[in-house]
Amino acid sequence: MTDIGFVRSELVTARPAPVRTTGAIAWAQKNLFATPLDTVLTILGLLFLAWIIPPLYGFFFGNAVGPNGTVEQCRMENAGACWAYIAAEMEFFIYGFYDIPEQWRPNIVFALGAILLVPLLIPKAPFKRTNAVLFIVVYPILSYFLLAGGVFGLKVIPTEKWGGLLVTLIISVIGITLSFPLGVILALGRQSQLPIIKTVCVGFIELIRAVPLITILFMASIMLPLFMPQGMTVDKFLRAIVGVTLFTSAYMAEVVRGGLQAIPRGQYEAASALGLGYWKRMWFIILPQALKHVIPGIVNNFISLFKDTSLVYIVGMKDLLEAVKTKNDTALEWQSANTATTGYIFAAMVFWVFCFGMSRYSMYMERRLNTGYKR
Amino acid sequence: MQKKLVTLTATAILGLTAVSAQAAILDDVKAKGYVQCGVTGGVPGFSAPDSNNVWTGIEVDFCRAMAAAVFNDAEAVRYTSLTSQERFTALSAGEVDVLSRTTTWTMSRDTQLGISFVGTMFYDGQGFMVRKADGIESALDLSGAAICIESGTTTELNAADYFAANGLEFNTVVFVDQDEVVKAYEDGRCDVYTTDSSALAAERSKFANPDDHIILPEIISKEPLGPVVRAGDTQWFNLARWTYFALLEAEELGVTSANVDEMLGSDNPAIKRLLGVEGDFGTPLGVTKDWAYQIIKHVGNYAESYDRNVGPATPIGLERGLNALWKDGGIQYAPPIR
Repeated sequence: MTDIGFVRSELVTARPAPVRTTGAIAWAQKNLFATPLDTVLTILGLLFLAWIIPPLYGFFFGNAVGPNGTVEQCRMENAGACWAYIAAEMEFFIYGFYDIPEQWRPNIVFALGAILLVPLLIPKAPFKRTNAVLFIVVYPILSYFLLAGGVFGLKVIPTEKWGGLLVTLIISVIGITLSFPLGVILALGRQSQLPIIKTVCVGFIELIRAVPLITILFMASIMLPLFMPQGMTVDKFLRAIVGVTLFTSAYMAEVVRGGLQAIPRGQYEAASALGLGYWKRMWFIILPQALKHVIPGIVNNFISLFKDTSLVYIVGMKDLLEAVKTKNDTALEWQSANTATTGYIFAAMVFWVFCFGMSRYSMYMERRLNTGYKR
Repeated sequence: MQKKLVTLTATAILGLTAVSAQAAILDDVKAKGYVQCGVTGGVPGFSAPDSNNVWTGIEVDFCRAMAAAVFNDAEAVRYTSLTSQERFTALSAGEVDVLSRTTTWTMSRDTQLGISFVGTMFYDGQGFMVRKADGIESALDLSGAAICIESGTTTELNAADYFAANGLEFNTVVFVDQDEVVKAYEDGRCDVYTTDSSALAAERSKFANPDDHIILPEIISKEPLGPVVRAGDTQWFNLARWTYFALLEAEELGVTSANVDEMLGSDNPAIKRLLGVEGDFGTPLGVTKDWAYQIIKHVGNYAESYDRNVGPATPIGLERGLNALWKDGGIQYAPPIR
């Protein structure tokens, strides 16, 4: 009874995993064909893609008329998107009625904005304070005089001529940079112990939040002129900016208040115990924590502001969407079955690029600032 | 933060608000150097951006004519896009000096809104469009035909009235939006599309094959479209009204932008009076005596403006019809200048 045992002297060499658990086939089996229901759904999904992709590809690329095409090509049977129309009317979509020889001025404003904004958004870029002052104080004034003209021999371009993406961006940028601080101040005011400040802030927020933006713009365009002294007018563009900014700041205030309420009372008390005054307490202790919590909500508001700018058509301004719609309706020389569709697709793409950009940047900021709660 | 707010606000208030005295509109206009003209958001042929992104159209031409009369410069106009809701407020609040925006002249508007209609730049009216292949030649053949119509509009009421009055069977396919109506007609869901004839023509020009569709000769409603000014300023009203008449008078006398300089030497006393060679009809209007010469020189006469913007040679392709001069079978008529 001695030779009954067998002891391996070395480890079995690890065999490769069975073929069916790695590689594309296994992945497909695990994720796409695991159960009969999965199989059916997968096949349906593939059929759907096969049904939807070729015509979409045909519309956007295959049969589409390129930027150098002609309207005759767009009018042909089976023609896809008419990109030639977009290319031909691009100036109107970007600048509106802005005089064509003067369009270098908005171009400079766009370029300056990009040059100042990009370093501001990159955390590692130096000179943040100078950069912020330039962007928030110097840039708007410079842009206003550059766009409106009337100084340094620049031709006067009244705001009625501004349009397209230019208007969308101006309203959004001003709206975003003003509504955020306004919203913070309103949120702090709403929590204030001082009755007048509190009442004013609560009243403002509840009044503005209780009406649709469209109503505020209607008020600005139809009611406001009736209250003004005869002969006194306020620029429509300014009215639209003020309306959009006030509206967003009320929402922003509530988002920030949410953040403030998430801060434990101990933080307020600890800040007071350090001997800090109200503003220092808020600036150094409370707000940095509170705002971090509500980044998604804040960016949500920014994105919705950006899209809401298209409502300024109510006051007769031609933002990007309205500029596209105007050309769809009036550019008779470009009429074809797909002209209007192409125009709207173009507008949607531009809006998407900006909103998606904001969304991705906010996710990046969240990750960067998520220091206290990372697990 | 507050500094920024203050700076911005100050800049904005300095640059963007304008206070003008309660003086006569003409004096205000002369002082600021341009005519502020209220137009549509874009209606082809009437007021729309052209391929160079400049406002053009028959209604835009009226504003240019007024600027030419005041400043000898048809480009001294600034345009404000107005929605139909805000147009009258904008006019009475002084945001625009003249409203030239496909506005139908009705009694209630003329008498109750504090505004005055200058005249009828364009006699519009509701018409019917059908497919040529259907062989319909008159609206009286439309009994029982499916009519695409926008709900809740005067268009619908007018059509119902017309069909009832002529004993025709009224069969509608109703939509809430103008674009849907056009789409439905184009897709063949109905036989007839009805709205104002100018809009019919503009929509037809957008179809893939415009020649497959015809607009029936019957016009079943009155839609006189004209420029409007604030009530109470007789001088400005007269200038607007006689700008309109000058456009018509020039056509009637055969004076065009091309031949206006030759016409200065004409022996016809009516032309002499129109162009300010004889007599001075401008000074009482508050402008120079060659005011009509300037209008014709810079803008042209009514026919030129019509043909350039909505006439048969344009994509809109509207015949003159009611808008022909009285001597050509239309109803456009200007009182004599004397």
